[in-house]
Amino acid sequence: MTTATTDLHRPATGPAFQGIGAGRKIKNAVATTLVALAFLVAVVPLVWVLWSVVQKGLQPILSADWWTHSLYGLRPYDDRGGAYHAIYGTVVQALSTALLSVPVGVMVGVYLVEYGAGTRLARFTTFMVDILTGVPSIVSGLFVYALWISILGFGRSGFAVSLSLLLLMIPVVIRTTEEMLRIVPNELREASYALGVPKWKTIVKIVLPTAMSGIVTGVMLGLARVMGETAPALIVGAYASSINLNVFDGNQANLPLLMNDQFANPETAGFNRTWGAAMSLVLIIMLFNLLATVISRLSAIKK
Amino acid sequence: MSDSTLADRSASAQETPRRARVSHGTLEPSRGGAASSPDTPEGPISTANTAQGEPASTPVRRPGDRVFRGAAVGSGAFIVVLIAAIGLFLLLQAVPALRANQVGFLTSGVWNTTDPNGLQFGILYLLWVTVATSVLALALAMPVSLGIALFLTHYAPRRLARPFAYVVDLLAAVPSIIFGLWGIKVLGPTLVPVAEWLSRNLGFVPLFAPGNVSIGGAGNVFTAGVVLAVMILPVITAVSREVFERTPKEHIEGALALGATKWEMVRTTVIPFGKAGYVSASMLGLGRALGETVALYLILSGTNAAPKLSFFDGGATIASKIALGSGEFNNELTAGAYIAAGLVLFALTFAVNALARTIVAGRKGSA
Repeated sequence: MTTATTDLHRPATGPAFQGIGAGRKIKNAVATTLVALAFLVAVVPLVWVLWSVVQKGLQPILSADWWTHSLYGLRPYDDRGGAYHAIYGTVVQALSTALLSVPVGVMVGVYLVEYGAGTRLARFTTFMVDILTGVPSIVSGLFVYALWISILGFGRSGFAVSLSLLLLMIPVVIRTTEEMLRIVPNELREASYALGVPKWKTIVKIVLPTAMSGIVTGVMLGLARVMGETAPALIVGAYASSINLNVFDGNQANLPLLMNDQFANPETAGFNRTWGAAMSLVLIIMLFNLLATVISRLSAIKK
Repeated sequence: MSDSTLADRSASAQETPRRARVSHGTLEPSRGGAASSPDTPEGPISTANTAQGEPASTPVRRPGDRVFRGAAVGSGAFIVVLIAAIGLFLLLQAVPALRANQVGFLTSGVWNTTDPNGLQFGILYLLWVTVATSVLALALAMPVSLGIALFLTHYAPRRLARPFAYVVDLLAAVPSIIFGLWGIKVLGPTLVPVAEWLSRNLGFVPLFAPGNVSIGGAGNVFTAGVVLAVMILPVITAVSREVFERTPKEHIEGALALGATKWEMVRTTVIPFGKAGYVSASMLGLGRALGETVALYLILSGTNAAPKLSFFDGGATIASKIALGSGEFNNELTAGAYIAAGLVLFALTFAVNALARTIVAGRKGSA
């Protein structure tokens, strides 16, 4: 009878779960390694770029003059002066871009989510926003040159730079607004309508305030992106080595233009100014990114 | 849903002039509601126009609503007009210069715009450098971003996936002028030995033969392509990641239940599902590479010599040529020559982006 029991314990067929063959195992390991390596390949240039900027740009920005003086009247080899004219220009141009782009961008977002959902115009607009996202920055500079400077006859100024950044900024604001409006709970809208509140007031007083923190975050991130744009500034802006407080008139420097100007300066001072400007630009962009994160953490939509 | 009833009310508004007048003046919702009450005493009892079966509620079409709606729709239309305006105004400015052009715009490589009365400009050489840098960048970036996207969606530990994705996105936050500066001053010199080795050992292939600038200067298509590849990595990765994330759980679990290894699961479920998205992501990256200006403006060494169709050519792309010529924008004709080049760039990126979006939209529809 012992044989019967052993028969019972022996499976009729081979084991259902067979070990994974060596070839498959090796393939799997190779794939895993390659995929992880790909990520490292992306990290290396990021660290390398940031390291180069810090290594070469930290020393110039440590002097107090860097933040309080312009390069007015300094010769190419004078290792003094600072970038405050360019920092001012960068910030002011970015802010005027924000002032112009936010109303338009938010209204387009409102249209796409609250009014146009599903209509043909809305679909076409969404497509065009995608196209606008892909418009090269140099083309936006050329467009502003063609319309604002060549046809309307205005001069090169900080404001013209803002106008060309506007084209790059608007799609960012639209995307963010759209995304944020979509996650506003519908119950809020319905509750408001049920109280007899008109649609426009519902949007202005209920929907937009709920989505506000997200929109602000998106705007800050977008600003951080457009601040470093150089191409449009080369076409419609003009570098000035002294401070110009008026964004609407005359040459106004910004950090990318300063870098471009000093890149051609072969002296040590030029090297320091270029990399110092790069470092300042990275710092300002980091500051804007940080602010964006803080704002979104402090006031996220509670579900 | 009270909104739809409001709309119904407005439909019958025109029929009862008296009530309509009342509601037109009211902004307050509560008062609007009162005015719309069907049994208002002063309402006309029998008007020929008031049908019996219709709800007799009154229309509320508030001026505020109309203005706000108009502003929203107007802004939407504005975007469409804006794109058309970009094309139109570039064309308007380009036509006079194209008329005055003394060489073929698409068939010549000469670029001589210093004398507005003897304009000679053609984009042939620019086109080669533009296409060569972009395609090289794409060839380098595509496999790497596929790996990164897979790593972030299916390999990285859950808790680290988000910070890791943030790190890759940071690459997109670095301004292109800084990439350019780094490319020519730091990366370029490091790549020179690699370039020399390639040129020595693979020189029989025309692409690796010596170009029209010296390899030692690093200002060639090769360096530019590598820098561009780094710049478009985050673009391709971000879109592919989104698509890979949407792979149906059932497919993944099914593959794993059948005994697939992780790689086999990825190969049989994630990649087939996300292929279209990955292709369109790469095209978005290509669009970005074609339009990149300042990095290439700093990296590429200028030359007037004809390119030798090698990776070690210098010169300029369409975009960087425009940036190089920014100092010449002092008369309509010269500016027009650069604007004509910009128009080509706009058309090129428009086509590439439109194609990419169409692929991704089709994918979304079927998924």
